[in-house]
Amino acid sequence: MVLTPVLSRTWGDADSFTLDGYTREGGYSALPRALQMEPDALIQLVKDANLRGRGGAGFPTGLKWGFIPQVKSPEDAHGQAGKPHYLVVNADESEPGTCKDIPLMLANPHVLVEGVAIASYAIRASFAVIYVRGEVVHVIRRLQQAVADAYAAGHLGKDVHGSGFDLDVVVHAGSGAYICGEETALLDSLEGYRGQPRLRPPFPATHGLYASPTVVNNVESIASVPAIVLGGVDWFGSMGTEKSKGFTLYSLSGHVKRPGQYEAPLGITLRQLLELSGGMREGRTLKFWTPGGSSTPLLTAEHLDVPLDYEGVSAAGSMLGTKALQCFDDTTCVVRAVLRWTEFYAHESCGKCTPCREGTFWMVQVLQRLEAGTGTEGDIATLLDMCDNIFGRSFCALGDGATSPVVSAVQYFREEFLQHVTGGGCPFDPHASTVFATAGAAR
Amino acid sequence: MPLSEKTRAEVREIIARYPKPRSALLPMLHLVQSEEGYVSSDGIALCAEELGLTKAEVGAVATFYTMYRRRPAGEYHVGVCTNTLCAVLGGDAILETLKEHLGIGHNETTEDGRISLEHIECNAACDYAPVVMVNWEFYDDQTPSSARELVDACRAGTPPAPTRGPSRLCTFKEVSRVLAGFSDGLANEGVQAGPATLAGLELARERGDSAPPLPQQQKQAEQEQPQDGQLAFGQEG
Repeated sequence: MVLTPVLSRTWGDADSFTLDGYTREGGYSALPRALQMEPDALIQLVKDANLRGRGGAGFPTGLKWGFIPQVKSPEDAHGQAGKPHYLVVNADESEPGTCKDIPLMLANPHVLVEGVAIASYAIRASFAVIYVRGEVVHVIRRLQQAVADAYAAGHLGKDVHGSGFDLDVVVHAGSGAYICGEETALLDSLEGYRGQPRLRPPFPATHGLYASPTVVNNVESIASVPAIVLGGVDWFGSMGTEKSKGFTLYSLSGHVKRPGQYEAPLGITLRQLLELSGGMREGRTLKFWTPGGSSTPLLTAEHLDVPLDYEGVSAAGSMLGTKALQCFDDTTCVVRAVLRWTEFYAHESCGKCTPCREGTFWMVQVLQRLEAGTGTEGDIATLLDMCDNIFGRSFCALGDGATSPVVSAVQYFREEFLQHVTGGGCPFDPHASTVFATAGAAR
Repeated sequence: MPLSEKTRAEVREIIARYPKPRSALLPMLHLVQSEEGYVSSDGIALCAEELGLTKAEVGAVATFYTMYRRRPAGEYHVGVCTNTLCAVLGGDAILETLKEHLGIGHNETTEDGRISLEHIECNAACDYAPVVMVNWEFYDDQTPSSARELVDACRAGTPPAPTRGPSRLCTFKEVSRVLAGFSDGLANEGVQAGPATLAGLELARERGDSAPPLPQQQKQAEQEQPQDGQLAFGQEG
C-alpha cells in the first residue's frame, strides 16, 4: 500500500469534525482502553512504537513523556515531580510550507482531543492547553466546539469515564508570532509574556509551564496516539521504515498538478508522490523543493528518490522537518525565493539574540541587492560568511533555520546568483511562475 | 473610551480558565480588540489593572505580536500571503493589484474604514495557494481578479462566505471574540475539508489503498469471514 490514510481516513465525511461523526468511526474508543492501563505502560507503549515528533525535530514522543519526573517515593513529592504536570499541544503551525495540522484540526479536532486526554493521563497532567495560532479562526471554533462536546460526553473534566482522572483542556489562541512555534517561546507566550525562547537547560520536561514538568508535543504527534493505543506497536511499525515508523501527513504544494495532503508510511519518496498525484504542472520540470518547510535545506530534482524519513532526508543533507513538500518548477527564480524566506526570518526574529536579529537583517540587505542586479560576486561569499556566524550561534533554531535556504540555494544554484550579478538583474519573468499564467485568468 | 463592564466581567472569566492569571493576557488583548477594534490605551490599562501589571508590561507584550493593532483599522482586515510559495504562485501580483485598487499600502486602511490591507506570512494553507485571509478566514486559490472582487464585495457590505469557514464572513471585532475564547456558535458551519485536503484520501480510494487493518479487526474478520481477512483500517469488522 502506497497511501495509508489513518488520520485522514474520515476526512471525506461531511461531519468528520463533529463528536457524532468521530464516534461513529470508532473515535473515543482508545481513551477508555488507555484509562485501563497504567500510565507508565502507556508511556512504554508510545516509546516502543517509536513515534517520533511530527513537528519537525523528530524527537521520540514516548521518550519526552518519560522525562517527566514522577512521584515514586514520598520524598519526590517535595521536588519537581510533586508539582503539577502539564501537557501543551503546539498547534502554532507557521513554518513556511507547512499546512498539515490546520486541515487536520479543521476536519477532525476530536482525534486531537482524544490524544490530549490519553497523553495527559500518561504523564499525570490534569491541565492541558492547545496553543493554536490565532490566524485561523475557523480552526479555533472547531477546537473550542470539540473540547466543549468532549466535556459534555465525559471524555474531559472531572473523573473521566469513572477513572478518577481529572482533566481540564483550554484552547488558547496565539497572536501572530512564528517564534511561538519554538517550544520554550511558546511557553513564555502562554504565560503571558513576549514569545522569546528560554535558555536550556533546564528543559521543559522539568521546568516548563510555570516552571513545572511539561510535555510540549506537535498536533500530529498527539493525534497519532489514539491509533497507536488501538493498533499497538506491531501494527504501527508495519508502516514506515526501521527507524522512522508509522504513517504521516505529507503536504504537497507549489507547481504541482494536485497539491494537497497525502498520508503515507514514512519513507515514501517525492518521486512516488509526484507520480501518484500527476506530477508537476504541464510542460514544466521540478527545479527545487523543501522536504519540510523553509528551515530545511533545499533539495533538487537529483533528490527525487530520497526516502522521506528522518534518516533518509538527513543523509541527503537536509531534514525531514514538517514534511512540507513545496515544489518549485523551472520558472522560479531561486534568488527571489530565498530573499523572501530571509525577509520572513528577519521579520519573525524575536530580537533576543544578536546573530539572528542582526544577521537576518543584513542577509536581507545583501539578497535584495543581488536580486535587483546591483550585487557583486563577493556578496555570495558574504552571505555564506553571515550564515556561518548565525548557524550554531543563535539562541534557538530560528537562526539556524534562516541559514538553510541561503546555504543550500548557493550550493545548488551558485550560477543563478552569478547570473543576477553579470546580467544586472533577474532573468526570470515572475508572471510565468504564477498559477494564473497558464490558466489565462485576468490580471 | 473606557471599556464596558461586560468586557471587564469577561476578562475575569478568561483569567479563571488558567492556573495562573497572567496566562490570560493574550486572549484578554483579543477581547479588547473585539470591543474597540484595536488595542487602545484604555484596553491596556484594563489588562494591567486586572492582572496587577504595569501598563508598560502589558504594552511590551501587545507590541510583540502582529495580530494586535495599535490603531483602529478596517472592519474587514485583508491579509495577502506573500511568503515565498504564495508570492511565487501569485500572491505578489494579488497584493500589487489590491494596493492599486484600494489606493492603500501595507498596514493602511481605506478612508471609509471598511478595508485594511496587510501582507501576511505563511498561513498554513500552501496547498490552496495563493491564499488571501479576510478577518482570519480562508479565501483559497485566489487570483488578482478574484481578490479584487472579494474586497469590492467587502466594501459593499456583502462579502462572500469564506472557502473553508462559516456561511457568513464575520467582522474583525466578531472574530476577535472567538480568539478570546468565546464561542460564536458557528463551528458546525462550512465544509469539513477543502478539495486539496482530500486529494490524498481520494487518490487512496481510487487506488484501493488503505492502512493495514487493526489487529482486533483482523481477528474479528478472520472469525467471521475466513476467506476474506483483509479489512481496511477503521472499517467495521
